Amino acid sequence: MMFAGAAAALLVAFALAALRAIKGPTVFDRALAGNTVGSLAILLLAVFGFLTGRPEFLDIALTYGLLNLIGTLAVLKFFRHGDLAYDADEGKEP
Amino acid sequence: MALLIDVASGVLIAAGCFFILVGAFGLVRMPDVYTRAHGTSIIDTVGAGFLLMGLMLQAGWSLVTLKLLFVLAISFFTLPVVAHALAQAALHENITPKLAEDRRTRALGKDAPTGTGDESGKA
Repeated sequence: MMFAGAAAALLVAFALAALRAIKGPTVFDRALAGNTVGSLAILLLAVFGFLTGRPEFLDIALTYGLLNLIGTLAVLKFFRHGDLAYDADEGKEP
Repeated sequence: MALLIDVASGVLIAAGCFFILVGAFGLVRMPDVYTRAHGTSIIDTVGAGFLLMGLMLQAGWSLVTLKLLFVLAISFFTLPVVAHALAQAALHENITPKLAEDRRTRALGKDAPTGTGDESGKA
C-alpha cells in the first residue's frame, strides 16, 4: 500500500519535471529537468521492485544511476563545444 | 517488532515522498536556472535518502539492502557533480542569476582604494 503511494508521488514528480522540460526557456532548464527525470527513474525502479515483490529491478536502478551522470555531462559538453570530441589541451581549435 | 519496523519504514517513505514532491514543485515554480537546481538537489539528497532508507528497513539484512546502499551512494556522489557542472555551464553561457542586490559590485567597491566606496553605497 505505501509502495503504491510512493510510486504515485514519484509519478506526480515525473509530470512536474516533464512540465519544466517543456516550458524551460533555456537549454539548461531542459538538461536539469532531464537529470531530474533520471534520478526519479532510479527511485521509481527501486519502489517498483518492492511493489511487485521482485527486488531484482535494483540492478537496473544501479545502471540508470551510472548512466545519468555520463548522459547529462555529455549533453552539457555537446552544448558547450558543439563537439563531443573537443580536446581542451588543443587550445581554441577543436 | 515487525510492526515497529513497518511503522518506521512507512514514516521514512512518507517523508521521502513529501520531499520529492517539494523538490518537483520547486523545479516548476522557481524563477531561474540556479534556483531550480535547488529543487533538483532536494530530490537527490533528502527525498532519495529518506525513500531508500525506508526501503532498506523493509528489505531487512540481505543483498537487497546492499544494492539499495549502492544506489544511495551513487546518487550522493554523482548528482551533486551534475548540478555543479550544470550551474557552471549556465554561468559560462552568460545566464545571469536573478539577484535582489548584486553583492559582487558592493565587494568591489569596498576593496577599491579610492573613490568608488560611497558610489557603491548609494547604488
